[in-house]
Amino acid sequence: MHVDTGHNFEETIEFRDRYVRDLDARLVVASVQESIHKGRVVEEKGPNASRNALQTVTLLDAIEEHGFDAAIGGARRDEEKARAKERFFSHRDDFGQWDPKNQRPELWNLFNGRMNPGEHFRVFPLSNWTEMDVWMYIQREKIVLPEIYFSHEREVIRRAGTLLALTDFITVQEGEAVERLRVRFRTIGDATCTGAVESEAWTLEEVIAEVAAGAADGTWNPGG
Amino acid sequence: MNQAAVTSNLDSEMELLRFTTAGSVDDGKSTLIGRLMYDTKTIFEDQLEAVERVSRNRGDGHVDLALLTDGLRAEREQGITIDVAYRYFATPKRKFIIADTPGHIQYTRNMVTGASTANLAIILVDARKGVVEQTCRHSFIASLLRIQHVVVCVNKMDLVEWSQEVFDRIVKDYKDFASRLDIPQMTFIPISALLGDNVVEKSTNMPWYQGSTLLYNLESVYIGSDANHVDARFPVQWVIRPHSQEWHDFRGYSGRVAGGVFKPGDEVVALPSGFEAKIKTVQTADGQVEEAFHPMSVTITLDRELISAVAICLVKARNQPHVSQEVDCMLCWFSEKKPLTQGAKYIVRHTTREVKAVVRELQYKVDVNTLHKEEGVSELKLNEIGRVHLRVSAPLFYDSYRRNRITGSLILVDPFTNETVAAGMIR
Repeated sequence: MHVDTGHNFEETIEFRDRYVRDLDARLVVASVQESIHKGRVVEEKGPNASRNALQTVTLLDAIEEHGFDAAIGGARRDEEKARAKERFFSHRDDFGQWDPKNQRPELWNLFNGRMNPGEHFRVFPLSNWTEMDVWMYIQREKIVLPEIYFSHEREVIRRAGTLLALTDFITVQEGEAVERLRVRFRTIGDATCTGAVESEAWTLEEVIAEVAAGAADGTWNPGG
Repeated sequence: MNQAAVTSNLDSEMELLRFTTAGSVDDGKSTLIGRLMYDTKTIFEDQLEAVERVSRNRGDGHVDLALLTDGLRAEREQGITIDVAYRYFATPKRKFIIADTPGHIQYTRNMVTGASTANLAIILVDARKGVVEQTCRHSFIASLLRIQHVVVCVNKMDLVEWSQEVFDRIVKDYKDFASRLDIPQMTFIPISALLGDNVVEKSTNMPWYQGSTLLYNLESVYIGSDANHVDARFPVQWVIRPHSQEWHDFRGYSGRVAGGVFKPGDEVVALPSGFEAKIKTVQTADGQVEEAFHPMSVTITLDRELISAVAICLVKARNQPHVSQEVDCMLCWFSEKKPLTQGAKYIVRHTTREVKAVVRELQYKVDVNTLHKEEGVSELKLNEIGRVHLRVSAPLFYDSYRRNRITGSLILVDPFTNETVAAGMIR
């Protein structure tokens, strides 16, 4: 399943569709646009309007509609300090809520996946991976990626300390200048809140070298 | 560490060491972790700036490295960390995962959780206070959870004038007390987490100490034999049966090797039926392999089809686990809502299986501070550890936890709330 905010980078959607074709898999697309049409959520207003928060409702509706037991995600504990205590099996109650005080302890490799009807789990198999582990794995397993993970030239604006890609979903504000820079993305989500980093790395080896050096330069800025 | 040093040593197969750090707020545990991460350049500049700012605002005379590891804001306000926080750092030699837990007695369950996956435990002793109650508690938990390597860091050596005499006395006290425990390897290091002595850089203040620094120890301690490579155990997780024309007769038994070695040609026994067969192939996602051992996940095919494929474990005929409905184990109780009581029913999760269980007997509980056994008790409350006899609804195939951490461990789940209520180490 893909929770589609409708604010995408073209490359992501092209890659997604090609990947689904190659796998011969069935893709369920849960659309935030549809949730807006149905009146489940209301579009945010203003220059920083984003559908990042709205997608939770779309996700929960889709989990309920399809009766999914688990939604598997790629979140890692090293992404930010607040995630250091996240579980592999994160239990959500009937209302899709997460109670940080009532998380199940995880010992050895014994995961407690028991739940009542209506509840579900978010499962994060990569919890213990670091950003470096991900890149090393991509290199070792020769995993194909959308090109925007590598250095490319793009029109960006600087907003709240981030380099934001200029797309149809972003309105340039007064005082903001559009620049053409060589950038890459470290993570890709909703186009309105996915930050790019300036980078010349256009091979895997170069990205890995940047990640190794970046551990000390404070550029980590998780987007969507 | 410069960039060239990092990249030239990059290797996706780099060895991983997992360790716990249990200690009280005053022991300087967070400072130690902060020091390890700071000196190995794992922290981000913006984090460091934030920490410097907070330290300044509080009027601290130095940058408080402990602030680097505090998690959620509420916890920071309380000034203590709760739960288990996992942290990551790497050097050119190894990758590390730290399970950071608080050391107070009310967090025994968190320490047990952190210890369950650790290769090594760092035990912090305040040089001014020596071996105290909580040193005993942390060591007992490390021993109970069978952490193979314990590094006792005698911290705050700067506050005892770098005295060898103080250090030697603490080492002796610790060894005296640890003789009652089961810790395979012990190392003692005099450090100052605050000033960095013997953490990453060798101390110039303690020339009498000939040993290595903490980081060197973490980078070089031998962990190759921590897993059991002797007793062949393969708890089957999934049976692969494609119903396609091409793979019509294919039966693959998939799972993760829990012990020993499995090779094509090996005679195996499928428990519980006792059915014998020969291994035809051992496969991974990348094709066939010559052998499989822990922690590999593989699919095994046999020369004959097993009649029943439910709840099976593949083993070798001459080396079999216990097959029994009676389980004698040490339990640590995790639930704050309800204590464990005699006659209560739970779900046991063990390797790839779930069975029902009833508590036959609570033999005794252990005072984690004194190791004293208290008999004739009627319940086990939150954070208490006791010896419990369970009867389960179908035979489990198990080893003692001492022999194999995977086939010797279990959790108890409350059948009504689905809460994980206990962790068990089979005796």
